[in-house]
Amino acid sequence: MRALCYHDKHDIRCDTVPDPEIEHPRDAIVRVTSCAICGSDLHLYDGFMPGMLSGDIIGHEFMGEVVEVGAANKKLKVGDRVVVPFTITCGECDQCRRGNFSVCERSNRNKAMADKMFGHSTAGLYGYTHLTGGYAGGQAEYVRVPYADSGPVKIPDGLTDDQVLFLGDIFPTGWQAAVQCDIQPTDTVAVWGAGPVGQFCVRSAILLGARQVVVIDNVPERLVMAEAGGAIPINFDEESVLDRLGELTGGKGPEKCIDAVGMEAHVNRSVDSIYDRVKQAVMLETDRAHVLREMIYVCRPAGTLSIPGVYGGLVDKIPFGALMNKGLTVRTGQTHVNRWTDDLLHRIEAGQIDPSFVITHKASLEDGPAFYKTFRDKQDGCVKVVLQP
Amino acid sequence: MQKQSAETLAQGLGWFSIALGAAELAAPRAMSRALGMEDRAGLIQAYGLREIATGIGILASDQPKPWVWGRVAGDALDMATLATGLADGKRGAVGAAMGGVAAMAALDWYCANQLGEAREARPMRDYSNRTGFPDTPEHMRGQAARDATILSPLL
Ligand SMILES: NC(=O)c1ccc[n+]([C@@H]2O[C@H](COP(=O)([O-])OP(=O)(O)OC[C@H]3O[C@@H](n4cnc5c(N)ncnc54)[C@H](O)[C@@H]3O)[C@@H](O)[C@H]2O)c1
Ligand SMILES: [Zn+2]
Ligand SMILES: [Zn+2]
Repeated sequence: MRALCYHDKHDIRCDTVPDPEIEHPRDAIVRVTSCAICGSDLHLYDGFMPGMLSGDIIGHEFMGEVVEVGAANKKLKVGDRVVVPFTITCGECDQCRRGNFSVCERSNRNKAMADKMFGHSTAGLYGYTHLTGGYAGGQAEYVRVPYADSGPVKIPDGLTDDQVLFLGDIFPTGWQAAVQCDIQPTDTVAVWGAGPVGQFCVRSAILLGARQVVVIDNVPERLVMAEAGGAIPINFDEESVLDRLGELTGGKGPEKCIDAVGMEAHVNRSVDSIYDRVKQAVMLETDRAHVLREMIYVCRPAGTLSIPGVYGGLVDKIPFGALMNKGLTVRTGQTHVNRWTDDLLHRIEAGQIDPSFVITHKASLEDGPAFYKTFRDKQDGCVKVVLQP
Repeated sequence: MQKQSAETLAQGLGWFSIALGAAELAAPRAMSRALGMEDRAGLIQAYGLREIATGIGILASDQPKPWVWGRVAGDALDMATLATGLADGKRGAVGAAMGGVAAMAALDWYCANQLGEAREARPMRDYSNRTGFPDTPEHMRGQAARDATILSPLL
C-alpha cells in the first residue's frame, strides 16, 4: 500500500510499504477514506519530538471503512464506517474506566521508555513516535487498529467524511480545552493560536456560553476565520496582546486562557521569545514557552489556563511565582477523545456545528509531503489539509 | 523592496553580527583602548556574545524579522554605551564609532520593516463566511451550555 513515511526532519515521503495485518483478535483493519495533517504532525516534521525512526508511517487523524475484523472483536463488522480516535485505548484499565483515555495504562507498547521519560507512561498514539508505542499511522491506504472494539466511533449514514473526520482529534481537542475552562456566562476566554485547534476552541467556547472570546495569532486569514466563529481577533504583529486583552477586560485580564499553539510558538519582538530561540538552537531547552508565559502574566487571578498545545520536553523561565500567587488552575493533556465523541457526534447530527468549515485544502496521499510544507508555512491560506488516499 | 532582497539583506546583517561579535569577544581590550574606554572591556565582551547570538538567530531562524529587531535594540544599547565615552574617552574615536553604529542602525531598521512588509504582501484568502455554525455566533452563544443533558457525565 501507499503511506506517508517519516525519513528525517523535513523529509516525509509517500512510500510503498507492506499492507498491515491483524495481529491480535481484537484488531481491525481500516481502509482509509480521509485523513488529515495535524499541527501535532508538524512537531514531528520540524524534528521537535524525540523517538521517530526513519520509515515510520505517520498520521493520527483518519477515518474509513472496516475491511477486516479480528476473531474476538464483537463491536465492528466489515463495511462499518468509523472515525478512529488518535489515542489508542484498551477500554478496560483503571484510567480508561475513569474516562482518562489519553493516559490508558495498557495501549503503549513501549511503556518502559515512556515511564523513564515522563515518570508514568501515557496511551499509545497512532503515527506518533516510539515513545507512544510506535504504532503505524493513518496517513496511509490501510491502518491496523488495535483494541478496535474500544476506540473507533461508528458513523451513521448521511454524514460526510468532511463533517465527521475531525471527531478523531481536533474537534474534541478544542472542545475539551473549552470544557476544562469551566466557562461561566461572564467569562472572557482568550485563545492563543488560530490554527485548526484554536478554531475549534473558539467555537466550543461560544457554544459553552462565554461572554467574550478573543483569539490571538498573526496569520490574517486564520484570524478572519476565527472572527467568523465569533471571536475578537488580536494580531500580535500589529498590536500589543497585553494591552488589547487589558482593554477588553477592563484591565482585569481574561478569566480563562487557552494555549492552542504549543512548543513551536513563533518568536515575536518580545525579549523572551528571542531568548527561547537561542536556547533551543544551542539545545539548552526543547520547547518555546512564550505563550505559557504570556498566559500566566495576563490571566485574571483565580483564573484557569487550559493547555491543549503540545509540549515535549523542558521549558524554561516559567514565572511560577505569578502562577502560584495568582492562584491559577492549570489543566492540560492529550485529549480523552472518546470522552466527548458521542456527544459531539450528536451535535454534528443535530446541525449545531459543521466541522468541515476548517478544511481549506484537499489532496491525494501522493501530494501529502508537499502539503506538510504548505500547512507549516501557512502558504496559500492553508488552515487544514485533508488527504484522500 | 522584494521579499527576497529583504531576506538577503537580513542574512548579510546576520553574518555582520557574528563577525563583529567575534571581534568584540576576541579583542575587547584593544577595542576599549582605541575608544579610550578602558574600563568597559568586560562590557564589550558581553556585547560580543549578544552580537553572536543575534547573528545565529538571524541565520538559523525561518523568521529573521524579530532577530533583526533585536539588532535594532542592540544598536540602541551600543549608542547609549558609546555616549558615556564622549565625556571621558577619546572623543574623535568614539564619535566615529557612533557614526558607524548609527549607519548600521538605519540599515537594521530599514531591513526589519521591509521584512514585515514582505509578509503582509501575500494575497489573502477570505474565510469570513466559514462560521461552522448554522446561525450567527451571537445566536449560537451558550447553546451547548443550555442542552446540558448531553454534556458528558465524566465532567
Ligand atoms: N492536546 C491534544 O490532544 C492535541 C490535539 C491536536 C493538536 N494539539 C496541539 O495543538 C497545537 C495547535 O495545533 P494546530 O493543528 O492548530 O496547529 P497550527 O500549527 O496550525 O496552529 C498553531 C497556530 O498558533 C499560531 N501561533 C504561533 N505562535 C503564536 C504566538 N506566540 N501567539 C499566538 N499564536 C501563535 C500560529 O500562527 C498558528 O496559526 C499544536 O501544538 C498541536 O500539537 C494537541
Ligand atoms: Zn493531532
Ligand atoms: Zn486503557
